[in-house]
Amino acid sequence: MADLTLDGVRKSFGETPVLQALDLAVPDGGFCVVVGPSGCGKSTLLRLVAGLETADAGRILIGGRDVTRLPPKARSAAMVFQNYALLPHLSVARNIAFGMEIRGTPRADIAARVADTARILRLEAQLDRKPRQLSGGQRQRVAMGRAIVRDPQVFLFDEPLSNLDAQLRAEMRAEIKALHARLGATALYVTHDQIEAMTMGDILVVLNGGRVEQIGPPEEIYRRPASTFVARFIGAPPMNLIPSTTAGSLAAGAPARGETLGIRPEHLKLAPGAGVEATARRIEPHGADTFIQATTAEGVDLTIRLPAGNGVRAGDQLPLLAPPAHLHHFGADGRRIA
Amino acid sequence: MRRETLHAWLLLLPAAVLLASFTHIPAIETVVNSFFSTARGMRPSHFVGLGNYRNLIADPTFWQAMRNNLLYAAITIPLSMGIALAMALLVRGRIGGRGFLRMAFFTPTVLPLIAVANIWIFFYTPGFGLLNQIGALFGLPNMNFLGQGATALYAVAAVSVWKEAGFFMIFYLAALQTIPPSLIEAARLEGASSWHVFRRVTLPLIMPTTLFISVNAVINAFRLVDQVFVMTQGGPDNASTLLFYYIYQVGFQFWDTAYAATLTVVMLAILVAIAIGQFFLLDRKVHYR
Ligand SMILES: Nc1ncnc2c1ncn2[C@@H]1O[C@H](COP(=O)(O)OP(=O)(O)OP(=O)(O)O)[C@@H](O)[C@H]1O
Ligand SMILES: [Mg+2]
Repeated sequence: MADLTLDGVRKSFGETPVLQALDLAVPDGGFCVVVGPSGCGKSTLLRLVAGLETADAGRILIGGRDVTRLPPKARSAAMVFQNYALLPHLSVARNIAFGMEIRGTPRADIAARVADTARILRLEAQLDRKPRQLSGGQRQRVAMGRAIVRDPQVFLFDEPLSNLDAQLRAEMRAEIKALHARLGATALYVTHDQIEAMTMGDILVVLNGGRVEQIGPPEEIYRRPASTFVARFIGAPPMNLIPSTTAGSLAAGAPARGETLGIRPEHLKLAPGAGVEATARRIEPHGADTFIQATTAEGVDLTIRLPAGNGVRAGDQLPLLAPPAHLHHFGADGRRIA
Repeated sequence: MRRETLHAWLLLLPAAVLLASFTHIPAIETVVNSFFSTARGMRPSHFVGLGNYRNLIADPTFWQAMRNNLLYAAITIPLSMGIALAMALLVRGRIGGRGFLRMAFFTPTVLPLIAVANIWIFFYTPGFGLLNQIGALFGLPNMNFLGQGATALYAVAAVSVWKEAGFFMIFYLAALQTIPPSLIEAARLEGASSWHVFRRVTLPLIMPTTLFISVNAVINAFRLVDQVFVMTQGGPDNASTLLFYYIYQVGFQFWDTAYAATLTVVMLAILVAIAIGQFFLLDRKVHYR
């Protein structure tokens, strides 16, 4: 088991910088989720740690050992690919055994380890099947089996659940977390799904255009987003961002600070006689909650999240108030002020 | 339902007529002819049963052509396929001038065979041919590659390898490009060397292409005629006569059409047997996605 440290890691492809001076520390046994929009360099980050790409500058340490220049096999990092990367001509058992066969592990050992892994992942009945005869979730588990059978120091996951349907994804989220708890290895998990980001990680890294926007525990990032980018990216529906000049009496009672005010949809209150009037335009029922799109007299669009059964209809006038305690203030550069 | 069936047959009719009149009927006629004698002057063709086949078994030239052809196949098929795969692996990588190399390797396939054969005849020419000039630099004696029984067949085979390898390379290149890079990366993460990746990932995944190419290579090996025609005319002393060239000689130089039909039937039987054998043998090793 080992911690993972990235120290000023840079990478560009030709002229395009993809990662810019990235610092990251994942403690031993930690589960770090990297989240960000498409093309922000998430996969590149994983591939650098795995050794499939080489960093232009900076250092990568696994368990204190500098692996920056080491080939992939010397790094003790196992990767689960988005498309699983299973060998289509080999059975599940041979896929799991692939690395051991190459390293010349004795046959009896291989059989025992494959059996062990299959039991952990509930794949015993599928061991003789080919990947194409498996369901998406089973393929996903085989890919994980291939990773855990190596007993690596670091697990790397590149959007491993993005090819699964919503229900299976929820199951696999729980399964991966349980597996992680059981194996205790350090994990770096890339996703663009913010539910995965919020629910799975001990540490969340928000990446934007090759830069770290914010690193911290998920609740912390949700509660105190460091920038307007993070504020919009984490949380569904995203935080309302309002230019201070058009906020009017929405945030009455709060001292005016910064360029932009932020308020989460669930923190907007209906306060008859106070705040601003907004016209409800669209009602989106989501089961337990309802999302309401509304526009104020100043032309500011807001999303409000209310419990179901609130009786609001499209066209209703809503008196909206943002309690000062829940306001976020951002400066002209988009960074958080308070 | 009935109307649809009728329409279907009507639509198929032109193709069926063409196929039947130019392929199936001649094929059947060939089989029929092989049981008759060749009409000559006063004597019309008559039924001789297996007579032509008995002659064939006793015909030393047939056996010589057969041996030559097997040897030719044994040389050209593995060599051209191996070189094709090696070239495809080479030009797939990120090397400079990749586009130029791809074109260079493919050029022999584009050139008309007569031109190719003429180029090689020049290479082989005794005295001032390219090979002999190079040989002379190293003090080797003058060789007549095409005019010597010991080398003629190999000289013809070398040209075939040169020509076919570029063609097969294109298929291998296409097959290699369908392999997802993540499969190879996953193998590398597991510690696989380049050899392991080739042996355990690349090779199994291009098996369907290998099967396809090998069937083509076998068929090509048994139906080669133009090259022999231009380069050696089967000589010297039948040393480079291949089955198909022998059929041509019997049919169009000796005008023994019945015996030519017999040879054709035998050759078709061999080709069918080999093709079926390949499918059954390799099918178990081939993984179709
Ligand atoms: N081999 C490469 N050569 C050139 N550019 C590349 C290469 N690999 C990635 N890039 C570029 O680097 C940037 C980051 O790519 P990366 O694959 O890391 O994004 P990502 O965050 O994983 O995106 P996604 O969520 O879509 O998977 C992209 O702009 C991409 O075009
Ligand atoms: Mg990616």
